Amino acid sequence: MSLLSGPELARYDRHIILPEVGLAGQERLKQSRVLIVGCGGLGSPVALYLAAAGVGHLGLVDFDQVDASNLQRQILHGTSTIGRSKLESAEARLLNLNPYVRFERYETRLSAQNALEIIRGYDVVVDGTDNFATRYLVNDACVLLGVPNAYGSIYRFEGQASVFAADGGPCYRCLFRQPPPAGAVPNCAEGGVLGVLPGLVGTIQATEAIKLLLGIGRPLVGELLLVDALEMRFRRVKVRKDPGCPACGTRTIQSLEEIDAVCELPPPEGAPGRDLSVAALAERRRSGWNPYLLDVREPHEWTIGRIDGAVLIPLGALPRRLAEIPADRDVVVYCKGGVRSRQAVEALLEAGFGRVENLEGGILAWSAEIDPSIPRY
Amino acid sequence: MAVTVVLPSVLARFAGGQRTHASPAGTIEEVLARVAQPYPELGKRLADATRDGNEFVTVYLNDEDTRFSGGFETYAADGDEVTIVSAIAGG
Ligand SMILES: [Zn+2]
Repeated sequence: MSLLSGPELARYDRHIILPEVGLAGQERLKQSRVLIVGCGGLGSPVALYLAAAGVGHLGLVDFDQVDASNLQRQILHGTSTIGRSKLESAEARLLNLNPYVRFERYETRLSAQNALEIIRGYDVVVDGTDNFATRYLVNDACVLLGVPNAYGSIYRFEGQASVFAADGGPCYRCLFRQPPPAGAVPNCAEGGVLGVLPGLVGTIQATEAIKLLLGIGRPLVGELLLVDALEMRFRRVKVRKDPGCPACGTRTIQSLEEIDAVCELPPPEGAPGRDLSVAALAERRRSGWNPYLLDVREPHEWTIGRIDGAVLIPLGALPRRLAEIPADRDVVVYCKGGVRSRQAVEALLEAGFGRVENLEGGILAWSAEIDPSIPRY
Repeated sequence: MAVTVVLPSVLARFAGGQRTHASPAGTIEEVLARVAQPYPELGKRLADATRDGNEFVTVYLNDEDTRFSGGFETYAADGDEVTIVSAIAGG
């Protein structure tokens, strides 16, 4: 008796007649669990093809809503789901494609607190996120749990794909040990992306995921595929397992740590709480401007170094300490790289503070451009 | 014949948008210096991005990561391709 019903056998016929898949392979797909982190440009083709292929259990992680500007490339969503949560939109579309798939929705931002719990128990993770912080988090969690990661990323007309954290293979940190500093690498919202590019790269990720699940072919372990859509050139370069890699080599990374997301989306044009560059802050302070400088990092970071004249209120304590912030002064908020401070700026604006600015690139940028005596960490 | 240097677009924006460059044969260090010579900002970015402990750019000679094959002293001969790979995060 097969695990697959009559209608499923009919549905997957073109797989089952492939000797490399066969009935056993198709049953294996049905018993498999894949976690797709990010249901955007890359996650769209990944989810569609894995659902169509009959992967029995798909976990979907996203916290965003469908926006009209997504539809140029995020083919999982549609005009009728603009404004709805991406997960709802995705599940409706995928269930229509294949009602035999079971879905688990994680409507949350992957964080150091929840990543291990979410990823544990999956056979393969597909990284389709849009920022460095989550990519490093996914990598470190996959290494710790021993779950292979079908990785892909895109920028303008270029893409990358590989399989990280496979048994004996290298990881993302073997290739790029640390995330780039703020502003060094623009994100898609700043740089743009060819709409079809995530289709190219995402289908490669889906292919790798299926190969890993079935144990067929040669997965992209130890190799990075570079896709150049303008030249339509595919290059392959080797990724060596680095014995000094803090994740999979020396294993100094034993638990997950929040990484400041240095390349998150900037606020929309004209939004309040605009960004202030470190150069502008230094310049304006020299000419007599004296804003209330708010540091929202944690106390242990404050002891490493701080900008002169700053006041420390960690982000978590901000809601109950709003009264300490003068309402009649300009406020400039900073953190390590500019992400927590943006959250703080939003909270302050919501609480009624009028003139609040976010220090772009945080204290790392301040250290790089203004005061090199502040240690980078 | 020369060495071909391929820049990712993240860095090509500091080289007048041009992705493919040619240089006479030499060590990786010489080849990169030659390519960056007309573009000081590119040189600065490359130096920053490959500094120890801050590597978000990897330099390949053909398909080998130069960090494991002699670093910037590695010799790139005529016909070789130097590919610079930058971390990107879009999805
Ligand atoms: Zn590693």
